[in-house]
Amino acid sequence: MEYGIHPLGDHAIIIELGKDIYEETQQKVQVVSAFLDEHPPCWMVEYIPAFTTVTVFYDPVYFTNINKAKLPYNQACGQLSEMLEGLKAGNEKEQRVVEIPVCYGGEFGPDLEHVATINGLTAEEVIKIHSSGDYLVYMIGFAPGFPYVGGMPENIAAPRRESPRLKIPARSVGIAGEQTGIYPIETPGGWQLIGRTPLELFQPQAEPPSLLRAGDKLRFRPISHKEYLEWENHKG
Amino acid sequence: MITIIKPGILTSIQDLGRYGFQKYGVIASGAMDQSAHRIANLLVGNEENAATLEITLLGPAIAFNEDALISICGGDLSATINGQAVRRWRPVFVRGGSTLKFGPGKAGCRAYIAVAGGFDVPVVMNSKSTYLRAEIGGFSGRALKEGDQIAWSSHGNLSGIMIKHLKSNLKDHFFMECDWSAAGDLIDYTSRRSIRVMEGRQFELFTKGSQEKFFSEPFTVTSESDRMGYRLKGPLLTMEKAEEMISEAVSFGTIQVPSEGNPIVLLADRQTTGGYPKIGQIAAVDLPYLAQAKPGDRVYFTKVTLDEAQSLYLEQETKIKQLKIGVSLKFR
Repeated sequence: MEYGIHPLGDHAIIIELGKDIYEETQQKVQVVSAFLDEHPPCWMVEYIPAFTTVTVFYDPVYFTNINKAKLPYNQACGQLSEMLEGLKAGNEKEQRVVEIPVCYGGEFGPDLEHVATINGLTAEEVIKIHSSGDYLVYMIGFAPGFPYVGGMPENIAAPRRESPRLKIPARSVGIAGEQTGIYPIETPGGWQLIGRTPLELFQPQAEPPSLLRAGDKLRFRPISHKEYLEWENHKG
Repeated sequence: MITIIKPGILTSIQDLGRYGFQKYGVIASGAMDQSAHRIANLLVGNEENAATLEITLLGPAIAFNEDALISICGGDLSATINGQAVRRWRPVFVRGGSTLKFGPGKAGCRAYIAVAGGFDVPVVMNSKSTYLRAEIGGFSGRALKEGDQIAWSSHGNLSGIMIKHLKSNLKDHFFMECDWSAAGDLIDYTSRRSIRVMEGRQFELFTKGSQEKFFSEPFTVTSESDRMGYRLKGPLLTMEKAEEMISEAVSFGTIQVPSEGNPIVLLADRQTTGGYPKIGQIAAVDLPYLAQAKPGDRVYFTKVTLDEAQSLYLEQETKIKQLKIGVSLKFR
């Protein structure tokens, strides 16, 4: 596998697997992440996958027990290179498909009409387009469990609100530019809100705490307000 | 158990951070000044990761409902017990019924209170640190409020020996402190304003002028600074040409520059990833100095190589290890 290696300060190493946001690069990120999950080096603290990179955090002290003369960074790079040489794209785990039920419009999606108007569509058409797309979770970041999702059709794109809302309720589904996403926790934000899901994206007590993982395929399924409430009640 | 009489500006429970979950967007959190946190724990016989109270600028008033062995490390926020000054960087035995208060900040921005046994709050995702925005960890996922009561876990042998020693000298005082200090050459917040920084991944993309200014001119910590990051003001830093960045991981001490040109240093409550160009990265050994800078303070950045930064870090870790051994030897 081709890669670049760069330091991120004195405790982390960035493995660069591509220069642009492509699905193929994302698959390489998945292969490296899966390998680190299955064979975590004892000096690794954790790793953070992103669009084109996997960043490995390490404890420099660990390496002084092995070789005092050699810089911990160089020792860690050596081990990572050895690991990366042996990896091939195409070994990624089977992709999960996660369905996200969404109650569109109404009180949950106050900006649905606006998104429709600026794209010359009806609200129903926006729902249809949004829920028929094939989406890929490129990475989780920004907030716990927040997916950076690619694959939204351009004809429902909408610029961010000029003034951000101070509070966006948890589980809101929104659009910002050509991106769509779901807010796991209540935050301020400028996204156009088109609906809400009854699913919890972030559950601190669960293992893992995030419903979604980088590499997941996403589908949105429209549900009625009644169904939404049934989901909510079911959660107890 | 302690009872919070006045919470102060921002008092929260922290340990060394929540690791292993950043890939799910869960931030690391943890003590801003990790050295002070670790030393505070070692001074009461705890493991370095035990939960402490992190207090900020205007500190709290805390009632001790029972006897306790504590230490206060970090910035000098004028700590007193029942009106009498209590010194930092040493074990202190506090008689139950006493009140610990903080006054004007004399040096630094934050102090850490460790108690033998460590503050007893639930472990959430491997950590006791408070994640303020997600409202998890720490004490009910939030900063402490008036009336909060926090217990601590039972302490180990070393703490027991320290308590016995200090208690035997207590007489009719409200507290008894050791006459030695652990600070030594590990920490000196008042004299250091120069922070060692490695070049960041996009350093070369900045103009030559910006590169020079970054390592020579002072930057002021603005009031828009918190546990998440410090916004600095100084010479504007510009790139040769504006480049679109792809978000990737950031870490404690990453210095990012948004397009308006003022750097932001990412700290304990940073997001897991960031999309601004990284001009520099603070050497881990110097993070405590920046974490102790408060709004209005000026800092300078001095260039170091990765090689130097790691050597400095390993030296510091050796000193902390020696301190740990030293503390136990003092009570033999």
